[in-house]
Amino acid sequence: MAFYSTNEFKSGLKIMLDGDPYNIIENEFVKPGKGQAFNRVKVRNLKTGRVIDKTFKSGEKVEAADVMDTNMQYLYHDGEYWHFMDETTYEQVQADEMAVGDQTQWLKEQDVCKVILWNGSPIGIEPPNFVHLTVAETEPGVRGDTAQGGVKPATLETGAMVRVPLFIEIGDVLKIDTRTGEYVSRAKDE
Amino acid sequence: MNWRPDASIAMLRMRAVWLKQIRAFFDARGVLEVGTPILAPTTVTDPHIESLKSRFRHRDYYLQTSPEFYMKRLLAAGSGPIYQISRVFRDDGPGRLHNPEFTLLEWYRPGFDQFQLIQEVSGLLAQLCGPGPTAQDIEIVSYQDLFVKYTGIDPLEEDKAALLSWCNAAGHEHPIDEKDSWHTALDWVLSMVIQPQMKGLCFIKDYPAGQAALAKMNPEDPRIARRFELYVDGIEIANGFEELTDAEEQRQRFEKDNELRRLYGQEPIPIDEQFLMALEHGVPETSGVALGLDRLLLWKSGVHSIRETMVFGWQE
Repeated sequence: MAFYSTNEFKSGLKIMLDGDPYNIIENEFVKPGKGQAFNRVKVRNLKTGRVIDKTFKSGEKVEAADVMDTNMQYLYHDGEYWHFMDETTYEQVQADEMAVGDQTQWLKEQDVCKVILWNGSPIGIEPPNFVHLTVAETEPGVRGDTAQGGVKPATLETGAMVRVPLFIEIGDVLKIDTRTGEYVSRAKDE
Repeated sequence: MNWRPDASIAMLRMRAVWLKQIRAFFDARGVLEVGTPILAPTTVTDPHIESLKSRFRHRDYYLQTSPEFYMKRLLAAGSGPIYQISRVFRDDGPGRLHNPEFTLLEWYRPGFDQFQLIQEVSGLLAQLCGPGPTAQDIEIVSYQDLFVKYTGIDPLEEDKAALLSWCNAAGHEHPIDEKDSWHTALDWVLSMVIQPQMKGLCFIKDYPAGQAALAKMNPEDPRIARRFELYVDGIEIANGFEELTDAEEQRQRFEKDNELRRLYGQEPIPIDEQFLMALEHGVPETSGVALGLDRLLLWKSGVHSIRETMVFGWQE
């Protein structure tokens, strides 16, 4: 088993706490001039996404989490699992609903996503920052109104709901920022 | 990689102005500026302070963590009041408030008690930081009252179990276990619970005897030492003592530190015999204080990290 000393703590380091893998977001060294040193860290539970604060005595050892970020192509959803493939080894993994979470709304077959693997199994998915998705449903477009004005809801091919400009039509391909869930542009206008 | 300095040009100017003001402040008070070695054959024994080591002709030398021992040897030699602006080194951090190399302003006032020195520290702060706290605004609180105020636990009468059960009840998740000392538990509560809530300029006095470091004990109350610290908005800025001048007691504290070092698996430190000889010869009754200039610059300028007050911050 690998261990990290608190001296090695930095943001991005993956550690085990109470049986769950965590990602260090912030690490602060805290020490009274004449006393015991501590590390105060902000960590994110990689399974639940929950962020907690924790302190360690400096010099303590903490188990390393075997967590790897791998770029994988999204293949298909079989009703229960989402399947991904490593493009270099062709190795496939299946992610469950817990791992995919809300990100399912941005998953389009053949897009390359970041899959977070813990002990070889997916615990999280990060879709590309920008995806191109087709509008499945929206109210009829208002012609000529490409400059400004209001917005309306649209449902995309993956089921995602986004707010789009009034001129958008069913069948348009849209560029979406998955980090904010916001419409960026029409793909054909890029 | 970035070749630029971590300090802004405005920060360089502020530093330079402060150095001038500090020299003028002490000059006006008849305190002599001195310079003592940074690299020396021995160093502090405190198990919580780790020195950086260097080598000279196959022998170990230490980068000084404070110029304290040398300055007390000057006092014993009859220097009178002295100050030093010194680069010091500690093997810890780095962090927002820690740079392994930093600037200490350290000074000694023969004949002063800790309260006279607290007044002088406040005077210097007013000089450097502009119209600020007047003598009436300075808060001086005892370590005991501070803990009672924030936790309800009396650090001189109660114990680790009481403090930890308070932590648990108050929802403060702590890393203290059965192997940790009472003082480690107190350090944790001070650093993690109390300091973040402290506002303004505050001197903490009457540290528990177990945290005396190089301070004299209080003869009227053996539970406490004549040690004080200055905090500004919860940031530790300065540490001062009515200095221990008893050579025998000093030797015992060195030996006790080294025992603890062996216990924790740290290297023992060769005892500074020349310093003990100076104490035997006789150091005048004195108070002394060390003040972290970089942190005070951080606080005054409002920058986020100590790096931005250094010309070039620590490089990994």
